[in-house]
Amino acid sequence: MLEHLELFFKSIFIDNMVFAVFLGMCSYLAVSKKVATAVGLGAAVIFVLAVTVPLNWLLDQYLLQPGALSWLGEEYASYDLSFLSFILFIATIATMVQLVEIVVEKFSPSLYNSLGIFLPLIAVNCAILGGSLFMQAREIPSLGLAFNYGLSSGIGWFLAILAIAAIREKIRYSAVPVPLRGLGITFIITGLMGIGFQSFGGMLTGDNEPPAATEEVVEVIETEQIKEDSEDPIETEESIEVIAGID
Amino acid sequence: MPLLSKKESKLILDPLADNNPITIQVLGICSALAITAELKASVVMAISVLFVLAMGNVVISLMRNIIPSKIRIIVQLVVVATLVIVVDQTLKAFAYELSKTLSVFVGLIITNCIIMGRFEAFALGNGPWRSFLDGIGNALGYGVILIIVGFFRELLGSGTLFGIPVLGDPIAKTGLYAYGYENNGFMIIPPAALIVVGILIWIQRAKNPSLVEEA
Repeated sequence: MLEHLELFFKSIFIDNMVFAVFLGMCSYLAVSKKVATAVGLGAAVIFVLAVTVPLNWLLDQYLLQPGALSWLGEEYASYDLSFLSFILFIATIATMVQLVEIVVEKFSPSLYNSLGIFLPLIAVNCAILGGSLFMQAREIPSLGLAFNYGLSSGIGWFLAILAIAAIREKIRYSAVPVPLRGLGITFIITGLMGIGFQSFGGMLTGDNEPPAATEEVVEVIETEQIKEDSEDPIETEESIEVIAGID
Repeated sequence: MPLLSKKESKLILDPLADNNPITIQVLGICSALAITAELKASVVMAISVLFVLAMGNVVISLMRNIIPSKIRIIVQLVVVATLVIVVDQTLKAFAYELSKTLSVFVGLIITNCIIMGRFEAFALGNGPWRSFLDGIGNALGYGVILIIVGFFRELLGSGTLFGIPVLGDPIAKTGLYAYGYENNGFMIIPPAALIVVGILIWIQRAKNPSLVEEA
């Protein structure tokens, strides 16, 4: 439970998709002129990330990782298909986006009207592929955590685009230097927001962590020593027995 | 007869300044910002994008008459993904350390908007040779910004260029550091990239008022 909570807040605030790793910047800049459209795109991103990251986690675990094919039989255990991950991940994403679009259009026309126009845009949003690639790079251990990671990074992206859209709506009434208007000032505001988000960095590295880590190491060393200590007499006993057997 | 006609050289030169993919077209920002803390990573990223964009433009342009328009996005994604796998495997084989620094951002070339943008806007409607030149031009325009940002961030942030100290030794206090100069740690953190690009956009538009957006 605690690790879920930790991953959740970490992905929203500390490793925020926009402010920490700059993913999905293209649509972030292009669709953030109005709050209403920003909310639509943000919701679509949350949804698609929460679906594709667990799917790609399954692909990674049972198809792509070195040794992932061992469920097929012993002779497949040495296969390493990880070089295929880009093409499989992007294919999954493109297919899922199409599928989601068709299903939503069929069953909920009102949701389709508010969300559907953004879905094709999302297939080529770096935040979506980035979510899957970071999931793979950080070796997220379980399906539940993968779902959590997708969902919370989506929420982080949603927060970011909502915030910048609100600021851009207001800044239209300010006296920005002429050459900076539009794109320039948006970049600089995003930079300043990113610095603000950096201050969340200390949130999860509280006082407890470093001592806990050293305690673990000490424990490991101690258990190893105990093992070594306990192993020695057994070995000698065995060797005595062996010698006795020869006799 | 010159190597390139006037129109063709315009394809290469335009994206370098007045139609720059990053500062004017606003494409391909994602990867441009994350890896520019070091000049070396910027240069490698620029070269990778140059390869992928030029080759991809040629392939898409050759196939432009046989791709059904309904599934063109998926076809484009497959072409890019294949080229990016080639780049990724090459980097892993010959520059392993660097591929670790770039980590997922090599994979993210696939969704780099600049690539899909050029496929859609140019390669689908033009022949292979012109598409190739367009790819080279846009990738160079992208690379120029990357290298400028990487240059300033590494110089001001760490006092080095390509990992070689150019301003003296900050610990032994030689060179500039002897006069009380300090590295600007702000330049290393990710948000600094946004601010540097913002300032570049400011300078470019101040020099060329026709580029200013209507607010």
